[in-house]
Order: sequence, then C-alpha cells, then structure tokens
Amino acid sequence: MLNYLISGISLGSVYAIIALGYTMVYGIAKMLNFAHGDIIMVGGYAAFCAGTYLGWPVPLAILFSMMICTILGIVIEKLAYKPLRNATSLAVLITAIGVSYLLQNLALLIWTSNPKAFPNMVNFIPSIVLGKNSDNPITISSATIVTIAASIIIMVALTLFTGKTKMGKAMRAVSEDKGAAQLMGINVNATISVTFAIGSGLAAIAGVLLCSAYPTLMPTTGSMPGIKAFTAAVLGGIGSIPGAMLGGILLGILEKFAQAYISTQLSDAIVFAALIVVLLVKPTGLLGKKMTEKV
Amino acid sequence: MSDSLLKVEDLNVYYGSIHAIKGISFEVNEGEIVTLIGANGAGKSTSLNTIAGLLKPRTGKITFCGKNLVGVHAHRIIREGMALCPEGRRVFLQLSVKENLEMGAYTRPDSEIADSLDMVYGLFPRLKERYKQVAGTLSGGEQQMLAMGRALMSKPRLMMLDEPSMGLAPILVDQIFDIIKNLHAAGTTILLVEQNARKALGVADRAYVLETGRIVNSGTGAELLNDDSVKRAYLGG
Repeated sequence: MLNYLISGISLGSVYAIIALGYTMVYGIAKMLNFAHGDIIMVGGYAAFCAGTYLGWPVPLAILFSMMICTILGIVIEKLAYKPLRNATSLAVLITAIGVSYLLQNLALLIWTSNPKAFPNMVNFIPSIVLGKNSDNPITISSATIVTIAASIIIMVALTLFTGKTKMGKAMRAVSEDKGAAQLMGINVNATISVTFAIGSGLAAIAGVLLCSAYPTLMPTTGSMPGIKAFTAAVLGGIGSIPGAMLGGILLGILEKFAQAYISTQLSDAIVFAALIVVLLVKPTGLLGKKMTEKV
Repeated sequence: MSDSLLKVEDLNVYYGSIHAIKGISFEVNEGEIVTLIGANGAGKSTSLNTIAGLLKPRTGKITFCGKNLVGVHAHRIIREGMALCPEGRRVFLQLSVKENLEMGAYTRPDSEIADSLDMVYGLFPRLKERYKQVAGTLSGGEQQMLAMGRALMSKPRLMMLDEPSMGLAPILVDQIFDIIKNLHAAGTTILLVEQNARKALGVADRAYVLETGRIVNSGTGAELLNDDSVKRAYLGG
C-alpha cells in the first residue's frame, strides 16, 4: 500500500514537472504545446547521447540535454508558432500536433525505433529503506527522492519567478493582454520565447528523470507521459503552477493504485475517466481560477 | 509651429480592406491639451493606437520629438516618452495594483520606481489604499485611475488618453477631468480622445473633430464649444 503510494508520488512528480511546462506555456502564450511530450523524448536522447556515446559525466549530460531542449523550444516557437500568433487556436493546435509528429519521425530517422537502454542518471544519492527490521521494509529509490525533490524545487522556483521577478510579472501581463503589455514597453515576442525556453528546459529535466525511472528510450517515449501530464495540468487547472503540481501527483497516485488494485490494462482509462469527472464538477480544474472581469 | 511634440501627417490606416483613417493630419505642441472628438467609429481610437504602434499605417508620417515613429515596434515607443492609456482601461486584472503600476515603469530602472509610485499614490490615494489588491476586484473608476497611474509610471512627455470617462458615473467623470487638468498643470502634454465632447472641449487648448476617418473641423476648445455644427452633432443642440 505505502509502496504504491510512494511509486505513485514518484511517477506523479515526473508528470508534475511535465505539466509545469505545459502550464507555463499555456498560461503565458495561451496555447497548448502538444509537442511538449516529444521535447521530453529529445531531452532523453540528448542526455543519452552525451552520457553513453560521448561518456560525459551525468551533470554535464543533463545540462547538455537542457541546452538542446531550450534551443529546440525557442526554434519551434519561432518557426512554427510565431507566424500563427494571430491565427485561431485551432490552427495553432493542429500545428503543434504536426510538430509533435515531426519530432517523433526525426527521432526515428536519427535513432531508429530500437529502444535504447537509458542509464539511471539520478542514483547519486543512496536509497532509503524504511522499517529495515520489520517484515516488509519499504525502499525509496534514489530516483524517487531526486524526482520528488526536483518537482518541488521547480514548482517553488517557478512560483517565485512569476510572482516576484520583473520578467515573471511581465509574463503574467503578456498572458492577460498582449496589446496592453506592449504599451508598457514589454517585448511580447521575447517574453514568449523565454516562456518556451523555460518550458522546454523543464522538459529536458523531465526526460532525464522519466527515462531514469523507466529506462526504455524510444521515439514515442514522450507522447504518453506528455498526454498524461497534459491531463494533469487540466485536472489541476491549466495555467496554475500549484495546480499542475497537484494534478500531476494525484494522477500519478491514481494511476499506480489503479494498476495495483483494479487492472493494469484499465489504469489509463481510469486516469482519463477521473479527468472527465473532475471537469464535469469543476470545469476550471481543481485549482483553476475563474477570470474575474469587470466591464 | 516649430515646437510641435507630435506631428501626424496624411495618415491612412486600414483594417483589412476597410479604410478607417483617411489621410488625417494634426499636431500636438509641448504643454498643450489636444482632444480628438467624434462619434463611435470616427477613427479616434484607431488614430491613438496607430500612434502608439499597435496598428500599422499604410501611408503617412508620425513624428514624435522629431523622430519618425512609423514602423517602430509598439514596445519601443514608450521609451521615446509617450504613453497610451488605452480604451477600456485594459489594466492587468490578475495582477495587483502595485504590480500594474510596476509594469507601467517596465522600461525604467528599478531605482526610479519608488519615486514614481509615490507620485502616483499622491495623485490617486485610493490606489495606495488598495495596492495589494488584485486589479480585477477594483471598481470601474478605480480601474480607470489605475490605468492612468500606470501610464504615468513611465514619466511620459506625452500622455494619450483614450476615453478615460467611458462608463463612469458623472461624479467620477468630473474627478477624472480634474486629474487631467492637474497632470497638465504639472507639465504633461496630453492628447485626449473623448466621446464626452463637452467635457473634453472644456479642458482642451485645441481640438479636432473626426468624422468617418476624416478631420472635418478644428480650432481651440472654446471655438468649437460655440461652433454650430459641433453643437448640433456632439453637444446636444
């Protein structure tokens, strides 16, 4: 029982990191970047290549992966989304799905469909064993500890960034009213680029953590966690940073419990059913806020 | 005149195929209050938005402090010393009052913000009382004050106000116009767009009347207040 809870929180923390990326981009640029999951995959491959092929040390490999993803995110935004800044959201959404397939197929060309065995990159702290002398001791792996810690640090950092810094406040201003933000002297395009850079950098971290926990790396590795994390972001209230965190963790726990107690095959269906129920009861998500507007 | 701060020459603006501004020219001199009056759809807001860089003119010249503004990005124009307080206020509803004001000073160094905050709080004590509140919870009048305060935070040489009295109770309208007079007395040049022509002409040094994208009349505020055609069309007879 406790074991499932811990592995649920661990998985949920990965979802949370991905969902934070989704929610940042949605919150500021008001678009769903469906290619986000595939940036995770690219992040995984980048770290894999740096660590395994080039033999770089782990921190360097992770930094390299973040750098690649950040650049990739900025380039995707410039080439694919920026020309659609004033287009309907449907056009942007379809473009994002197109970018997602493009990344997957590029990965297929470069790295083939053979799964790569991803090394555990986050075993630099010892795992904790609870209740060593009892009948069924509980092991918390180093990956779990690092993942949970990383998600909390990232959430706090993002909250502080958007709440306290000038750039963060400017991002919130852009998200509400691009025209008025420009009148303040805020460079809207640059602000959106920074948002994508942050979201994609987070995707790289998520990629390394995800692949360390589930070590088969394939071109489609990112898509399912991407969709789940999107679900998590919506569940928690898209655009809300604590919402993404809460949604991610709840979703991870729900998935692990469904796998353990109901059915492994049905676990995904149960997760998505939970989303439907929450949206029926609270359409803005758990922590989503209603727009207060005075005319 | 040689000391014209803002000069607009033969400006043409289109929305797609709709010719919204049809070759207007006007100027604002240092220290003046100039108003553009006219009915809905006459092109008043379009003119201001074009000057502020939010819309691109098809042809024409906009010169501010001797510098060309056509083709300059909207986010750079405020650095030239011009602020627009837009129609419908457009304060950032989910940001606090103080954060809204800080955004107004986005282009200025942090060290100068505190003084400007004090200045704006002095003009609008209500904003000081509510500095922590989210702007979405303010009343319409308070939001208008916030929008004006936010524009002032950039210390503009020219402040453009788009319909500052819109949707406000008469007593608040009076208050807003008092503030405009105070700002002017303190040395800010003002370009004011209003549907409330009587009020606007009352404070303005000079005024231009817009009709369907053209300037059809101009003169001092007092002249236009006594002009028969203006009286008939905009002052209720």
